[in-house]
Amino acid sequence: MNRVQWNKRIDKLFNVFGIGATAFGLLILLALILDVLIDGFPRLRWDFLTSFPSRKPEQAGILSAWVGTVWIMLTTALFAIPLGIGAGIYLEEYAPKNRVTDFIEINIANLAGVPSVIYGILGLGLFVRAMHLDRSVLAGGLTLVLLILPVVILSTREALRAVPFSIREAAYALGATKWQAVRYQVLPAAVGNIMTGIILAMSRAIGETAPLITLGALTYIPFLPQHPVSFSAQVPFLHFSLKGFLDPFTVLPIQIFNWVSRPQKGFLTDAAAGIVVLLAITLFMNGIAIYLRHKNQKRW
Amino acid sequence: MGLKTAFQVDNLNSFYGTKQVLKNICLTIPQKSVTSLMGPSGCGKSTLIRCFNRMNDLVKSFRIEGKIFYSGTDLYSKEIDVTELRREIGMVFQKPNPFPKSIYENIAYGLRIHGVNDRDYLDGIVEESLKRAALWEEVKDRLQESAFSLSGGQQQRLCIARALAVKPHVILFDEPCSALDPIATAKIEELIAELKENYTIVIVTHNTAQAARVSDYTAFLYLGDLIEVGSTEKMFTVPQDKRTEQYLTGKFG
Amino acid sequence: MFEEKLTHLKRELIMCASLVEGMIDKSIQGLLKKEKLFLTAVIEQDEKNANDYDLELDELCTNLIAQFEPKAKDLRTVLMIYQINRDLERMGDHAVNIAESGLLLISKPPLKPLIDIPRMAEKTIKMMRDAIDAFVTEDAELARQVCLRDNDIDQLWEQIFRELVTFMISDGANIERALGLIRIAHNLERIADLSTNICEDVTFMVEGKVIKHHKMDNKNEG
Repeated sequence: MNRVQWNKRIDKLFNVFGIGATAFGLLILLALILDVLIDGFPRLRWDFLTSFPSRKPEQAGILSAWVGTVWIMLTTALFAIPLGIGAGIYLEEYAPKNRVTDFIEINIANLAGVPSVIYGILGLGLFVRAMHLDRSVLAGGLTLVLLILPVVILSTREALRAVPFSIREAAYALGATKWQAVRYQVLPAAVGNIMTGIILAMSRAIGETAPLITLGALTYIPFLPQHPVSFSAQVPFLHFSLKGFLDPFTVLPIQIFNWVSRPQKGFLTDAAAGIVVLLAITLFMNGIAIYLRHKNQKRW
Repeated sequence: MGLKTAFQVDNLNSFYGTKQVLKNICLTIPQKSVTSLMGPSGCGKSTLIRCFNRMNDLVKSFRIEGKIFYSGTDLYSKEIDVTELRREIGMVFQKPNPFPKSIYENIAYGLRIHGVNDRDYLDGIVEESLKRAALWEEVKDRLQESAFSLSGGQQQRLCIARALAVKPHVILFDEPCSALDPIATAKIEELIAELKENYTIVIVTHNTAQAARVSDYTAFLYLGDLIEVGSTEKMFTVPQDKRTEQYLTGKFG
Repeated sequence: MFEEKLTHLKRELIMCASLVEGMIDKSIQGLLKKEKLFLTAVIEQDEKNANDYDLELDELCTNLIAQFEPKAKDLRTVLMIYQINRDLERMGDHAVNIAESGLLLISKPPLKPLIDIPRMAEKTIKMMRDAIDAFVTEDAELARQVCLRDNDIDQLWEQIFRELVTFMISDGANIERALGLIRIAHNLERIADLSTNICEDVTFMVEGKVIKHHKMDNKNEG
């Protein structure tokens, strides 16, 4: 056959191959989800979400696990967002461009790829032992901060880089200082992409088991960390406390992991139900990220 | 003539790293008139105009020797506050670059960063600036819409209004019509003719016909040298330097 | 910007035309009324003013073209104003010639009663005035009509010439004065011709049609 026919055949072959590869991936995902849904279905009840773990599989719930996940996420966000965005802005807009800053940039990119267990070990030595935070929410959150900080910094820098230089130029030409240009023009323009990056980083952090296990997060936690705001009998009838941050905790992945390693069949059902919940949260967060990215596309 | 001087350039040499871009430029820019900097690509005209509002400071490797005086003060001396300087000397760029915000906020930004926040006052300035830029009638009913809903020519007039809002004395135009169609170009040229009554205008252009139409004085640059400078009428009818003659008649550039 | 400058240019041309018309009129009146002051004014002051206008109009036209690169009718207008300026300058020269002859003639006894020359002058000045009017009102039709009147002027010129030649033949003492009158009539004829030129220029400016070098009777067909 001649050249044109040959090229067309190759084209078609690749088309088929591509569809096949995609379908393969989708099928696997579908199989995973269905399998987990079927297994976990019996336990997907309201009381599953509101019960503490127990020795009996039928009574075990993920209350402490998902509350723990929320606490850890909040703690991580509390530190990672300002630190990450701040560092990203500084490195992208303020730091001089020389070999030192190039070196820093390479290192941050590398840190984003370091296995999460290493961060667990670091957290253990730094937060748990040296700072005497013990196995608390604070220690766990801070460890995860270390983990996702490089990612947040990188995505902030990317988002800032995506803002065309002409915007900054226009701001400077009006007499803006660097901060005025960044704060009022560049940041607002980049905020959509920064948010996307943060949400993706957070949704990765939700699933991180290794560092928290290394820290020593326990799996049998029949209590919740103390609420920061609670009712009291005395004036002003509200009690503020940060002690909750120092309480022990557990998170969804750890609880699931624990159940999977138990011999009783019932716990496998619990584990499957837990996985469904974890997947739902992850997909939800990714959905928000995609929605935000879509909203930002129309900008320019 | 008796026109006062806006800028006095004395033996200006400028470099990007080791590459020399402007050689011994001596030039006077008079107030309240239009001076065009004309020449083929790479002649240094954009570099020169960016010295006037120190936008070249944004480039790390940029360095100058010689002096530029603005109303008698050395532009590069320590006493000059660059942000205040850029308020007095505004700039309009080649490609329209409105902020990704509403039309109103585009104009208000310049005032906000200089400390003006009173809503009524801002409203007034926004209207005045848009009127001076001959854009008010077209946008007065949609000030809250995005600046990107405007056409290219309108966006450029918005950028002019934005520059006018901070009440400059000088407006620098860096090839303002390159990205625009002929009708939008004509509108901008008309606007410049009006503006020169109240502002000193310096315009960079590679389009000799535009320089002829729009400017009172023209400076011709070539490969970093100032070849000739004088009244536009004289330069276009009886140029003094052979190279100017060749450039104007299209023999090079 | 271009419009303003063009309007200014037209106004300057009209003022120059006015001055030149005044020069012709003054020269003839000075001769008829034997008023020496009129004639010296034309030669000494008016000519200088006319020359200044000439230079100014040249420069204005050049600058307009250099600055605005006018096209179509605008281009024709500027080019024709340049031409008309030329013609006005020559008319001014002819007016000065008439004044000089006039100065000579009024210092001597009159050769004959002047009838034809004043008639010729009146027609010539009217032709010139109408030519400039045609320019101001951009009336090509009027311009064409003015061109036709040149025939009358030519006939008058021939008539006056023949009559004065007769005078010269009859008595040698008449020669100097006759020649003076011939010179005046000739300059008037030239002024009429130049008015025709102006009309041709106006037609080109308004319609873009060239009616130069056509025979008289063809001018209406253009």
